[in-house]
Amino acid sequence: MAKLDSKVPPGELSGKWRRHKADIRLVNPANKRKYEVIVVGAGLAGSSAAASLAEMGYKVSCFVFHDSPRRAHSIAAQGGINAAKNYQNDGDSVYRLFYDTIKGGDYRAREANVHRLAEVSVNIIDQCVAQGVPFAREYGGLLDNRSFGGAQVSRTFYARGQTGQQLLLGAYSALSKGIASGGITLHTQSEMLDLVVVDGHAKGIIVRDLVTGTITRHAADAVILATGGYGNVFNLSTYARGSNATAIWRAYKRGACFANPCYTQIHPTCIPVTGDYQSKLTLMSESLRNDGRIWVPKRKEDRLKPPASIPESDRDYYLERIYPSFGNLCPRDVASRAAKRVCDEGRGVGISGLGVYLDFAESIGRLGESGVRERYGNLFDIYKEITNENAYKVPMRIFPAVHYTMGGLWVDYNLMSNVPGLFVLGEANFSDHGANRLGASALMQGLGDGYFVIPYTVGDYLASQKPGSRPSADSQEFKTAEVEVALTTSRMLSIKGKEPVSHYHKRLGQIMWQYCGMARNKEGLEKALQEIPALRKEFWENVHVPGSGDTMNQSLERAGRVADFLELGELMCRDALAREESCGGHFREEHQYPDGECKRDDVNFAHVAAWEFAGEGKDPVRNTEPLNYETVKMSVRNYK
Amino acid sequence: MSTNTFSVTVRVWRQDGPGRPGAFADYPVAGVNPDMSFLEMLDVLNDELTMKGIEPVAFAHDCREGICGTCSLVIDGKPHGPHHGVASCQTYMRSYKDGDVIVVEPYRARPFPVVKDLVTDRSAFDKIQQAGGFISIRTGSAPEANSVPVPKEVADLAMDAAQCIGCGACVAACKNSSAMLFVAAKVSHLGLLPQGQPERDRRVLAMVSTMDGLGFGSCTNQYECSAACPKLISHDFIARMNRDYAKAVFRSAFKPVAAGAEA
Ligand SMILES: Cc1cc2nc3c(=O)[nH]c(=O)nc-3n(C[C@H](O)[C@H](O)[C@H](O)COP(=O)(O)OP(=O)(O)OC[C@H]3O[C@@H](n4cnc5c(N)ncnc54)[C@H](O)[C@@H]3O)c2cc1C
Ligand code: SF4
Ligand code: FES
Repeated sequence: MAKLDSKVPPGELSGKWRRHKADIRLVNPANKRKYEVIVVGAGLAGSSAAASLAEMGYKVSCFVFHDSPRRAHSIAAQGGINAAKNYQNDGDSVYRLFYDTIKGGDYRAREANVHRLAEVSVNIIDQCVAQGVPFAREYGGLLDNRSFGGAQVSRTFYARGQTGQQLLLGAYSALSKGIASGGITLHTQSEMLDLVVVDGHAKGIIVRDLVTGTITRHAADAVILATGGYGNVFNLSTYARGSNATAIWRAYKRGACFANPCYTQIHPTCIPVTGDYQSKLTLMSESLRNDGRIWVPKRKEDRLKPPASIPESDRDYYLERIYPSFGNLCPRDVASRAAKRVCDEGRGVGISGLGVYLDFAESIGRLGESGVRERYGNLFDIYKEITNENAYKVPMRIFPAVHYTMGGLWVDYNLMSNVPGLFVLGEANFSDHGANRLGASALMQGLGDGYFVIPYTVGDYLASQKPGSRPSADSQEFKTAEVEVALTTSRMLSIKGKEPVSHYHKRLGQIMWQYCGMARNKEGLEKALQEIPALRKEFWENVHVPGSGDTMNQSLERAGRVADFLELGELMCRDALAREESCGGHFREEHQYPDGECKRDDVNFAHVAAWEFAGEGKDPVRNTEPLNYETVKMSVRNYK
Repeated sequence: MSTNTFSVTVRVWRQDGPGRPGAFADYPVAGVNPDMSFLEMLDVLNDELTMKGIEPVAFAHDCREGICGTCSLVIDGKPHGPHHGVASCQTYMRSYKDGDVIVVEPYRARPFPVVKDLVTDRSAFDKIQQAGGFISIRTGSAPEANSVPVPKEVADLAMDAAQCIGCGACVAACKNSSAMLFVAAKVSHLGLLPQGQPERDRRVLAMVSTMDGLGFGSCTNQYECSAACPKLISHDFIARMNRDYAKAVFRSAFKPVAAGAEA
């Protein structure tokens, strides 16, 4: 069984990180250049880590499957990034951001990690502004803020509706500077297909060049994965099509524990599905809930009527009604489930009945159309392109969609997994959001991990490794891993069955959405645990991957990713079944209060479930890390 | 939600690899739904080709919401298709009707060689960025964010430029394959902000000379670039960059060569 030591430093919460930084080992400057660090991923987490480590003098190699680091999925984040600057003088503080995040995560995150995140949040904004990130400003020239779900203060910094883009371009510019100075070697269109573990330590990766098909071995003193989230298990999600779980899944199969795989965030405000050709779902930023009001008709019979013809008295602004103090700004999991409930009652709008209105009439009355355009213009444009409807005139129709995965590889306080030398940053790890992430906190975490945590903690590990002691990429472990990757690739190409890869991805997505989506129960999860292995078997007998392995082959790329999803999906269902409670994004129908809210079981489940691979065909082992709350008292979340 | 489906023919450029000969091939696509995106229509086509034993059409895409800059189709001769201010992935089939023949090609620009079918290599853009598209600020050394106020109008204008998604449509649209709009967007974004001032001259000099060195053509003020740009980046930024460049050249003539400008 894996040993899970969280390495949370002792002592009072707010001093832990400061003391830890003073206590951990350092690598002397002359030795830094003797260490090679592999960074997989160049989203916010990977770019900021690679840039910062190169500045410190480490030799960094950065791998991305994209054709440019600037295309990482972080680019798509719309709404904003949180930081406890208290520029609005509305009572914000590091403690309040910490507390909101812990509470928003339904008391399933590690206190010490979250507090550190809140502490570094203020440095992130300084760093980004200095890089030239054009955040929104007030007329006086100072930074502007907006509010996001789960908070009663305005602490979200934003750059129109393209905050992720601007932050990523900032991190990408730092990365570009590192490449120019020779500190970083960049490998684009290079997909990591395996982790190489030598004597129990992560010492390299196996990579396939997506243009030429060539498979190569890369050795390093430490490996950092910053490969993003795995929500595409569901096929339809707000993720980019290329987002995948391959890097973390292969690391799992090499011994890294996978923590809380079932914690999935379903975002309440996305554009509803229109047909089975659909390839992705588009998010309408949560920031819209600042000014938009969510409602459905009170009566089922009205659901297909033109919304303007439904008088105020026949509308149910259900979030404002049920949660008067947070209203439309209640956390995502709460808002999503509420939408599901009103649609289950038959009051959903649109032909499919799977939609609710997000209405701007009131704010247009207050701010004028131009005021609303100024704040959200690009979102209204996106909405128009996709639906052909003008949301300045008719309310938007929205529905929840898979958006973020709180689960990920287990890491300790140093962001190192249980495999020494393997670090995991950003959405790929599990560490900071518990069972539900608050809006605008993922960007904060990605940059916090990359700019302000890993530069310290990687040194603590490297100091224990003799400079120059890393194994050669020609050693047996590397060669074996390379052969295995090549065999899997050729096996996939040789099946030439009767269905394209997309067929399996869609079917897996349907199973996951139905049984492991917004609401889960024992019976459904058990059913999924029958259906997924059967689907996986069929995939390996009947999938048709055209073409060959020695050129660009997008079908082959997707096949490899779907093959991993077919395994990870099963683990998610297992985790959801084992967690006999409801918390945050994990809602087990058996465990709810009469009003439909999550019923946690702190006696039996106040822990992280970290799954350990036990070999093909064997049941994985469920390890646990208890969550010790020293500062906050666990209580029932209340947004009413 | 629409239910009336229709059929189109896509005439697609097929090319095995870099430097290989290519040709158009016609493929019928039936059951097209007006709410489908253009890329979803290609997905449907690709699944059909796969099952017929024909290699699917390679095309670049990722976010499918107009922000990552990966998609890069030339549809009926227009980079990113018929609509103004959107990327290929934001083109919907409601723009087409039954019986249409739609021609789909890769970008045709020397600095962006074809990798396969509709996929091109745009790494030249990354090289331009590496030449100077950054503010040199070490992690952890930044001053307090509100210590330097930036007038809202300036921040807004910088943001207008910063919205560039690096798709390369401006280059594909230009008969000279000029990258001026892309470079001007980056240079203006950083050059407008107070934080970007110390490196302003060397940035513009280095980025422009790298651009020239990579084989992008010169700008003859036709503004096909901004017309094709999915983010509506204004060609005013080109004029702004030209002024910046001239000033930087002038100033560098009276100073010892700025460090970095020789790169
Ligand atoms: C539509 C949308 C809007 C969002 N809006 C917000 C918001 O407003 N605020 C907020 O805080 N959060 C938001 N989020 C969440 C946030 O954007 C992400 O959680 C975060 O950006 C993830 O960053 P990352 O660096 O961990 O990973 P990513 O940005 O996903 O980067 C992953 C990187 O890993 C590389 N990679 C992956 N697998 C491999 C492999 N096998 N081999 C090689 N390279 C690989 C990729 O090339 C890429 O460079 C949003 C998410 C979505 C989907
Ligand atoms: S300037 Fe416009 S067309 Fe050119 S790369 Fe940027 S977004 Fe694309
Ligand atoms: S696929 Fe991202 S911009 Fe089109």
